[in-house]
Amino acid sequence: MKPTNIQNPEYFHKVVDCQYACPAHTPVPEYIRLIANGKYTEAYLINWESNVFPGILGRTCDRPCEPACRRGRIEQGEEPVAICRLKRVAADNKGPVKQYMPTAPAQGNGKKIALIGGGPASLTVARDLAPLGYEIHLYDEWHKAGGMMRTQIPAFRLPESVLDEETGYILSMGIHTHFNHYVSSMREILNKDYDAIFVGTGAPKGRDLNLPGRKEGARNIHIGIEFLANVAFEHVHSIGKKVIVLGGGNTAMDCCRTARRLGGEQVTVVVRSPFSTMKASPWEIADAQREDIPIYNNMPPKEFVVENGKLRGVIFEKVRAEYDDKGRRTLVPTGEPDVFMEADDVIIAVGQDNAFPWIERDLGIAFGKWDLPVVDRISFQSTMPKVFFGGDAAFGPENIITAVAHGHQAAISIHLFCQGKDLLTDRPAPTTNLVRQKMGIHEWIYDNAVVSDDRYAVPHEEKKLALSNRKVEVELGFDTDTAFKEAQRCLNCDVQTVFYHSRCIECDACVDVCPTSCITFTINGDEDDLRMRLSAPALNKSQDLYVSDTLPTGRVMVKDEDVCLHCGLCAERCPTAAWDMQKYLYNVTKAVKIL
Amino acid sequence: MSFIKPQFRHPALPKNRVGYTKADYEGAISTLCAGCGHDSITAAIVQACFEIDLEPHKLAKISGIGCSSKTPAYFLRNSHGFNSVHGRMPSVTTGAYLANRDLIYLGISGDGDTASIGMGQFVHAVRRNLNMVYIVMNNGCYGLTKGQDSATADAGSISKEGHTNQFRSIDLCSLSIELGATFVARSFSGDKHQLVPLIKAAMAHPGFAFLDVISPCVTFNNNKGSTKSYDYVRAHQEATSELDFVPEKEAIHIHYKEGKSVLAPLHDGSLLHLYKLAPGWDPTDRRSVIDMLQNAKVEGTIPTGMLYLDMNTRDLHDLIHTVPQPLNSLREEALCPGQAALEEINASYR
Repeated sequence: MKPTNIQNPEYFHKVVDCQYACPAHTPVPEYIRLIANGKYTEAYLINWESNVFPGILGRTCDRPCEPACRRGRIEQGEEPVAICRLKRVAADNKGPVKQYMPTAPAQGNGKKIALIGGGPASLTVARDLAPLGYEIHLYDEWHKAGGMMRTQIPAFRLPESVLDEETGYILSMGIHTHFNHYVSSMREILNKDYDAIFVGTGAPKGRDLNLPGRKEGARNIHIGIEFLANVAFEHVHSIGKKVIVLGGGNTAMDCCRTARRLGGEQVTVVVRSPFSTMKASPWEIADAQREDIPIYNNMPPKEFVVENGKLRGVIFEKVRAEYDDKGRRTLVPTGEPDVFMEADDVIIAVGQDNAFPWIERDLGIAFGKWDLPVVDRISFQSTMPKVFFGGDAAFGPENIITAVAHGHQAAISIHLFCQGKDLLTDRPAPTTNLVRQKMGIHEWIYDNAVVSDDRYAVPHEEKKLALSNRKVEVELGFDTDTAFKEAQRCLNCDVQTVFYHSRCIECDACVDVCPTSCITFTINGDEDDLRMRLSAPALNKSQDLYVSDTLPTGRVMVKDEDVCLHCGLCAERCPTAAWDMQKYLYNVTKAVKIL
Repeated sequence: MSFIKPQFRHPALPKNRVGYTKADYEGAISTLCAGCGHDSITAAIVQACFEIDLEPHKLAKISGIGCSSKTPAYFLRNSHGFNSVHGRMPSVTTGAYLANRDLIYLGISGDGDTASIGMGQFVHAVRRNLNMVYIVMNNGCYGLTKGQDSATADAGSISKEGHTNQFRSIDLCSLSIELGATFVARSFSGDKHQLVPLIKAAMAHPGFAFLDVISPCVTFNNNKGSTKSYDYVRAHQEATSELDFVPEKEAIHIHYKEGKSVLAPLHDGSLLHLYKLAPGWDPTDRRSVIDMLQNAKVEGTIPTGMLYLDMNTRDLHDLIHTVPQPLNSLREEALCPGQAALEEINASYR
């Protein structure tokens, strides 16, 4: 193999698994260390710079970082660091932050931007562009900003006060809001004198199930996201005692738990496919089950049973999943008799789609597969140069953190576009910084001891109280003592093991001390060959091998990054400082310097 | 500074026949200087014990005083151990060995602990052919007292502070052969490929097995002009042979050119496979070994690998006709056979 080029900003970035997995590339270990040090305000601001909604995401994020966390790989049964809930600790315990946030300049830059939809993508664009002096107009059909964060996430998971606070930081940057204003025509917007338009309207259409009885039972059959919005805006206050929720995603989990709080006594979730393939996050499933909500699987609904104009229940078929050679799934009836389940109300939460009935198709904005707009994956520009898409509106339903990541990139594009620059070649590179952590002989600035604690569970509100009021937050968040202990579980993967081959005397001290057998000195070979010849086989191909230049004995140093604990022992035992621990801070450049 | 090694190990670490991973043969984290050759020898011992499927309770590690003698704290945390007095490791081992012949005895010593203060003890352990492995971690200096020349420092070797050693060195390998040792090898801490099979073979050898391991002192004796530095040893090391240790039950799958291969069966059924590289040298012929070592001295090379091997060995218990049962397990009736037996003995003198 060729020597690894550590000058490539992506090499060490990839070693920071959590940050690499995060769509917005939030520097996770950096803020976790700050939390451990009790510097909650700083931890919050690092988050805010990167993901704009630390308090919201600390409760609701899909947390792609956690399955990626190295901690989950280092031992069978070891769980990742509770990254998401630590983020909330920063938000819960921070001091005043407003004074550290950028403000809109007194003098605008003369450019006007329209943001359609007031969700996370649009708000991110607003946050990134307002400090540059853009005049920003935000349109939303509801009376408050937040989009799906407000309409689809129940208050027992995300208190309104947190939403109001974090959307407020952005709106107070001089954003012109047009609330209660449903944009029904893109042409109308285009006719106004906006220099650029950003569409962040999400995926607002809940899928329906056209089964027999659907029309007859319509009064008691609800679409999941509409039901959640109606509850959020207090148009709906109650539901029947027996409720069936159809679907296995996070929306289904929110619906069933909401139903429990509105008077549903026997709330049941029914999934058409196997339990193991449910789309909902495991922790959301666990939270629903904790609230006495059974989940039945392998039962697709067949018919809504309506008697005398009143919904009686649902008939389900029984199936099993079979997979063909290509892994495609078919649900095959088992031949068992159909099952009838009683219900006063049924909530359909089987997915959602994009919908752009308001964009006229003769404007020059091209639409492609599944009626999604044709959008560039890097610039987020549509086929009409001044129109940009982001969030769920761009490529279909994802999650909040993805919408934020889109927003940052769209903001850069809009800023480049308004300056007449090229959207692809003029994009700013990420900023990186590699800093030695040596503080003395065998002393590091970071806390390099690896603790053996298991993951700490977040305490929950007492169930009876939680179910009595839909506004009572279920998760209580870590107290600061537990947060410290959980933060100490972080392996500091951003503190990189940097190898200087010219200093190495090949004494093997690093090989001998490495607890997880990551380091090998051997004759070079091609990657597949090397992976099998190391101190421990490097079977996880998603993790790179760090290969040095050839050493005096003709060998190379090969480090398998997979289960490195970043404990710094290789550098502590190195007599010539050929190994050094250096903190790598990678930051996605924003349209404007935020902090 | 880290005082505790993280508890996590590579999740794919293989297990040996007795169900242990390599990590189960480790000890506490080393407190020696970073880069010390002794740590590499420690790692080689761990590797060797893992590979021979050792049950840790079947080994006793015994040491004297010095950097080398600290290392038993860093390996085999579940084995027996005795950190004895300076230079007195051989006598403590002798006592332990007489009391219980069933254990593997691993003596760890240094050049000071063996060639200076312990010389009087060392030579007698050799000539008594104690069934033990005697490892000297040889760095040619007194590292614990800031690097003065030791008795194994070569004449002409330059110390870190710049003075040249005027005294002839003691070659522990030659001395051992002279005293009748039945297994003599030299290796280098930076060459685990060679060292691990040697340790394994030494543990299987039914007599005194001597291993002189050159182990650079990174702090006091790794400078230019030193003959015990990483660079010097790498440049002057000449392997006498390639060695394979073939454990019992494992098929032999290595083929060597005829005439250059020596196959030595060990008492436990395992085999030692030597592929000779040095010309005019026969590892079973004491005189040829002495010649080879003397020639190397003249030529300035450091022969490493197996040097001398005598398979027709009788260890101490055999020589003094002790009972096969470990003495520590003999009961009172066997040790004090009583008045009648005494009468019988007395009668035999009358």
